[in-house]
Amino acid sequence: MPRTIIEKLWDSHVVHERPGAPTLLYIDLHLVHEVTSPQAFQGLRERGLKVRRPELTIATADHSIPTSDRSLPIVDQIARKQLEQLEANCKEFGIRCLGVHSDRQGIVHVIGPELGLTQPGMTVVCGDSHTATHGAFGALAFGIGTSEVEQVLAMQCLLQRKSKTFQVQVDGTLHAGVSAKDIILALIAQIGVGGGTGSIFEYTGSAIRALTMDERMTVCNMSIEGGSRAGLIAPDDTTFEYLSGRDHAPKAAEWDEAVVRWKQFGTDQGATYDRTLHIDANALEPMITYGTNPGMGVSINAPLPEPSQVADPLERDSITKALAYMGLEGGKPLVGHPIDVVFIGSCTNSRISDLRTAAGILKGRKVSDKVRVMVVPGSQEIKRQAIAEGLPEIFRAAGAEWREPGCSMCIAMNGDQLSPGQYSVSTSNRNFEGRQGKGGRTFLASPLTAAASAITGVVTDVRTLL
Amino acid sequence: MTPFTNFESKMIPLPLNNVDTDQIIPARFLKTTSKLGLDKQLFNDWRYDADGNPKPEFVINKPEMQGRQVLLAGDNFACGSSREHAPWALTQWGLRAVISTSFADIFKQNALKNSLLPIVVPADVHAELLAAGDDAVVKIDLPNQLLTTPSGRQVEFPVDAFSKHCLLKGVDELGYILEQSAEIATFEASHPAHINALAAAV
Repeated sequence: MPRTIIEKLWDSHVVHERPGAPTLLYIDLHLVHEVTSPQAFQGLRERGLKVRRPELTIATADHSIPTSDRSLPIVDQIARKQLEQLEANCKEFGIRCLGVHSDRQGIVHVIGPELGLTQPGMTVVCGDSHTATHGAFGALAFGIGTSEVEQVLAMQCLLQRKSKTFQVQVDGTLHAGVSAKDIILALIAQIGVGGGTGSIFEYTGSAIRALTMDERMTVCNMSIEGGSRAGLIAPDDTTFEYLSGRDHAPKAAEWDEAVVRWKQFGTDQGATYDRTLHIDANALEPMITYGTNPGMGVSINAPLPEPSQVADPLERDSITKALAYMGLEGGKPLVGHPIDVVFIGSCTNSRISDLRTAAGILKGRKVSDKVRVMVVPGSQEIKRQAIAEGLPEIFRAAGAEWREPGCSMCIAMNGDQLSPGQYSVSTSNRNFEGRQGKGGRTFLASPLTAAASAITGVVTDVRTLL
Repeated sequence: MTPFTNFESKMIPLPLNNVDTDQIIPARFLKTTSKLGLDKQLFNDWRYDADGNPKPEFVINKPEMQGRQVLLAGDNFACGSSREHAPWALTQWGLRAVISTSFADIFKQNALKNSLLPIVVPADVHAELLAAGDDAVVKIDLPNQLLTTPSGRQVEFPVDAFSKHCLLKGVDELGYILEQSAEIATFEASHPAHINALAAAV
């Protein structure tokens, strides 16, 4: 029977299926970070357990880590304790840790692919909902809670229930000024933040095939914002070219064998999905969110919804509450709205191509004197690459800050945060109330839109600057 | 875990769709390395004013809501992050069940692992519960998977058999997985060779 890649990934990792119990699913790669792991390691200690497969586990520090000078002591004592705890736990349990001072440190979803750890046909988990990022390689990758982190540490397995399959087919060609971020923001605006609940997305179609790996990661990254725990793309030559030569990718004869195996992870002709949705890439425009969840998004020049015209009472209340929090009026477009901060970074958009894109807009220009602009690379490796290409000079010359790698203002745990009432245009993934700092107000958009808005100091359609 | 027993309670109404995990417990409180003490930060930014004083109008601050064990939430409750701090904070505050029309996938699994029962009801039942008034009582019977509404209507709710067993017996999943060690080893023996030392230093 023809199968989708989702079913193939599942079938190839079933340890057993027993009546009355969920499937026992094997996990190939477990990524660990400082925030969701301490209680799991403590659980192992309390039960007297070891880590079953430390060589399939890797840790890094990203969420709580400062993005200022790393040679200085960490000021936030609670964060410092958490970061020290990660290193101590990894040492105790024999896990490789790319910690605060590692030259491989970075956002967990940036370094997995960058090191060649994330490969097609794998199952990948992490105590972080943006683990879906790794789906870009044709891996089944999803976020888990701390109890599950403990289970994977102990036994390299999880009890899982099968999800529905949801094909998102994107055909056509993106226009200038429109990017991968706009594809995923458009999808979420269409289906809502609960639209993919219980499902796994497979992104297909000519517009997806045309994306680079960095762009595919941006799309898969935000699958969770559409309610889907995982979203993936079948591997192809773009995937193999990206992986070739990376630290942990197979080498020599093993590489050839691996590519043969990886090529089996595609959806068979005639396989069916529980649901399919089509998006026309030609019709997409730059997207921006206006509200307090990633589904509250519109084309950049479109008017915001009028609550009075929303029929469902709970939905109407949600939009009314969101507009009030955001200090916005329905019926008007966001273009021209003043902003205070631009954040370019996060596991969604902190890769080298994102930085090049932003630098391309900022080069030879100055950012508005009303706006603080932060550029935060996703990893030490990206930082080195950016330096080699002269990008930090472009950012600094434009008046932007060039910082150390980490999650930074995406989750605002490390001191990088908005003040109450401030507006940001952010390339991150969540615009929830207070996400970027208590009382802060976030407009999610692409690196292009963020860089354009940095220059003008207001929400800007990048196409006016191209 | 303590075994989950039947109970009845008045409800705490929170009729908002898409309540996200950053509202349930903001990220800045995730720097803790403990599971404990999170009840103080439950719904922190909705619950306290800028000076840290409780806002009397926020639902869980109202005197009559204290001690209630059921939260009545809107669609897609607890969307967003995978933080298990969300069910930890909810249960430490005293909640034992959340009723909604739907839950985010990761939260639902996290809740079940922490003796917090996510109860999915159809929209009409949800509307009835919301309209039932502040002092209306619901009864929750997990063995029979029955929710009794204030009008006496009995509504069956879904729970998978395995999670139900774990909840009722007060056991966790890891104990079961630990028993499967031999089969896991058999599976590992068939693993592609290069994956076996995947993350080891190169």
